[in-house]
Amino acid sequence: MKYDVPERYTLAFRLYPYAKSPDQDAATPARHKAIVVGGGPVGLAIALDLGKRGVPVVLLDDHEGAGLGSRALCFAKRTLEICDRLGAAAPMLAKGVQWNLGKVFHDDRLLYEFNLLPEGGHAFPAFINLQQPWFEKFLHDAIVAAQAQGAPIELRGKNRVDAVIPAEDHVTVEVMTPDGPYRLEADWLIACDGARSPLRTMMGLGFDGRVFEDNFLIADVKMKADFPTERWFWFEPHFKSGDSALLHKQPDDIWRIDFQLGWNIDRAKEMEPARIRARVDAMLGPDVEYELDWSSIYTFQCRRMEKFRHGRVLFAGDAAHQVSPFGARGANSGIQDVDNLAWKLALVLDGTAPESLLDSYDAERVYGADENILNSTRATDFITPKTGVSKMFRNAVLQLAETVPFARTVVNSGRLSMPCTYDGSALNGPDHPDMPARTRPGSPCPDAPLGDGWLLARLGRGFTLLAIGAEVPDRLIAHGLAVPRLLLEPTPEITSRYLGGAKGAVYLIRPDQHVAARWDRFDDTEVAAAMTRAIGKG
Amino acid sequence: MLITTPNLTKPDESYARLIATHDGLDEAESHALNARLILILMNHIGNDAVLAEAMDLARNPKKGAA
Ligand SMILES: Cc1cc2nc3c(=O)[nH]c(=O)nc-3n(C[C@H](O)[C@H](O)[C@H](O)COP(=O)(O)OP(=O)(O)OC[C@H]3O[C@@H](n4cnc5c(N)ncnc54)[C@H](O)[C@@H]3O)c2cc1C
Repeated sequence: MKYDVPERYTLAFRLYPYAKSPDQDAATPARHKAIVVGGGPVGLAIALDLGKRGVPVVLLDDHEGAGLGSRALCFAKRTLEICDRLGAAAPMLAKGVQWNLGKVFHDDRLLYEFNLLPEGGHAFPAFINLQQPWFEKFLHDAIVAAQAQGAPIELRGKNRVDAVIPAEDHVTVEVMTPDGPYRLEADWLIACDGARSPLRTMMGLGFDGRVFEDNFLIADVKMKADFPTERWFWFEPHFKSGDSALLHKQPDDIWRIDFQLGWNIDRAKEMEPARIRARVDAMLGPDVEYELDWSSIYTFQCRRMEKFRHGRVLFAGDAAHQVSPFGARGANSGIQDVDNLAWKLALVLDGTAPESLLDSYDAERVYGADENILNSTRATDFITPKTGVSKMFRNAVLQLAETVPFARTVVNSGRLSMPCTYDGSALNGPDHPDMPARTRPGSPCPDAPLGDGWLLARLGRGFTLLAIGAEVPDRLIAHGLAVPRLLLEPTPEITSRYLGGAKGAVYLIRPDQHVAARWDRFDDTEVAAAMTRAIGKG
Repeated sequence: MLITTPNLTKPDESYARLIATHDGLDEAESHALNARLILILMNHIGNDAVLAEAMDLARNPKKGAA
C-alpha cells in the first residue's frame, strides 16, 4: 500500500528529507520528552533552543524544508540577538541587508525620515532584510552544527500530524508518512504549525480577532537599482499603483514591493503578470529593467488564541497569534515565544521548576501578543482607514507631517517590532527606583560594548548575576542551578543603560536575557527569593 | 484635568476667528481644516487623560464635565 504526504507548497530548500524512523515500527508508541510540530522559523528555533539545552526533541513537519515565496523579510535586532544565543546569527547578518533608516512619502512629497537605531553600542543593527527561506535555512544549519556537538535534535520530514490526543501526563499524536501512519507520545507537545494550525482545529480551540478588509499585492522584483538601503513607504502614491506602496531591499538584488489594492478586487485578474508589471512600471519609471521574481496577494488579520498553554500542549508563533505584517511582528514575535518557552520547559523537564512555570509562558507571551496585535491593528487602521472620518483625519495628519514635527509622531506606516517588557509578570522580583526604566524587571537586557565584545554574548545559557560597582560572590547556587557572575565596569553605555543614578547595581538576569530583579547591593536572601520567584516557585 | 470653566481670554474674538477661518471653503475643505485644527490643539494639550476627558465630553455633551 502506498501512502502520500503531498506538498502543499514548493520548497526553496530541501533540508530534512524523509527517512524512516525505528519509531514507525515500534510495537507501542515511542515516548519523547518534547515533540515540536511544524518546521517554520518558530518550530526550528524552539527545537534548536531545547536541543542546545540538552532536551531531547523531535520535530515533525509535513514538508522537507523551507517553503518558497514572499513572507517574512524584516528581522529585528532582538531576533538577531536570540539567534546569536542559538549560534545562528552570523550568517544571517552576513547575507541580510542591514538597514536603520526609513522614509515616508505622501503622494510625491517626502514627509520625514526616521532612524530606528539612533543609539550606538549594540552588536546588531535595528533590522536586517532576509528572505524567510534563508532565515529558516540558517536556523537549520545551526541545528546541524548543534547535532554534531551532540544536541539531541531529530527532524522528521514528510511527517504530517493528523490527530492529537491530549492526556493528563502526556500527549499522543498520529503521524502520517510515506510509509504509512504511526503514533508517538510526548511529555510535552509544542504546536508551531502556523496560522492555520491544524492542531488548534483538532483540539477545537478558537482563534478570534479581526480581518482587515483590504488586499495587498506583494511583488518581489530582481533589478540592479541604486535606490538606497532604506524602507520607503508611500501613502496615496503619485504613481497610483495602489492606495499605499512599500519598497524595501532584499539580498541578491531583489526588492520587495507592496501595493495596497483595496477590498473589492478581482484576485485572478490582479495576479496577471501584465497587470503587476503595469503597477511596478508606474512606480519605478519606464527605464528601469527588472524581472518579476515572485508575487502573491494577501489579506491580513490580527487575532490570537485565548490561552497558549493547554495542559501539555503549548502553542507558539503564528499558531498562537497572527498579526498584519505592518511592523514585522510575526516571525519576530514567534522567536520571542521561543526565547521565553525553551528555558522554562527545560527547567520543568529536569524537575528544577514546577509545571506551573509554563503558565508564565502563557501570561508573558499573551501580554506580548496583545502588544503586537495592538500595534499592528493601529498601523493597519492608519494605512487602511475604515470610515470617511478616519480617512479625513489620516490625511490631515499626513498633510501636517510635511511641515509640523509633532504630526510625524502620529503617522503610522507600521511601528516596527520591539521586544516586549513583561511588566507585572509574576516572575518579576524587586525593582530599584534609581536605575533606568528601560532595564526594569521584565525588560530584555539592552546590549552594550564589553571589552572587545558585547554584553549579551557574555550572558550564559542559564541565570546570570550582573554586578556594577557592587560586591557579589563569584559562585552562587540556587535551586541546584549555578548562577555565574559578570562584573561590569561603569562605561558610559553600562551607566546609562543599567546603573542610572544608583551607586551600585546587581541584576539577576533570566536565561532569556530578561531582567528578573535588581538591587543596589548584593543580598543573599533577596537574590535567593528572586530566583525562587523567577523559576515559578514563589 | 479638563478645564470646563471659562478659560478663553477673548471668547468672542476667538469664536469669530474660528468661523472666519472657514471663510470661502467648501464643506469638504472645512472638514479637513477642522481635522487639522483638532490635531494641532491635541498636540498643544498633550496630556492623554485630558484628551480622553475632552473626547468623552464631546461625544456625550449632556454629561457635563466628568
Ligand atoms: C506577506 C507577509 C510578510 C511578512 N513579513 C514579515 C516580516 O517582515 N517580519 C516578520 O517577523 N514576519 C513577517 N511575516 C510573518 C511570518 O511569515 C510568520 O509570522 C512566520 O512564518 C510564522 O512562523 P511559524 O513558524 O509560526 O509558522 P509557519 O512559518 O507558518 O510554519 C508552520 C509549519 O508547520 C507545518 N505544518 C502545518 N501543518 C502541519 C501538520 N499537520 N503536520 C506537520 N507540520 C505541519 C508547515 O508545513 C510549516 O512548515 C510576514 C507574513 C506575510 C504573509
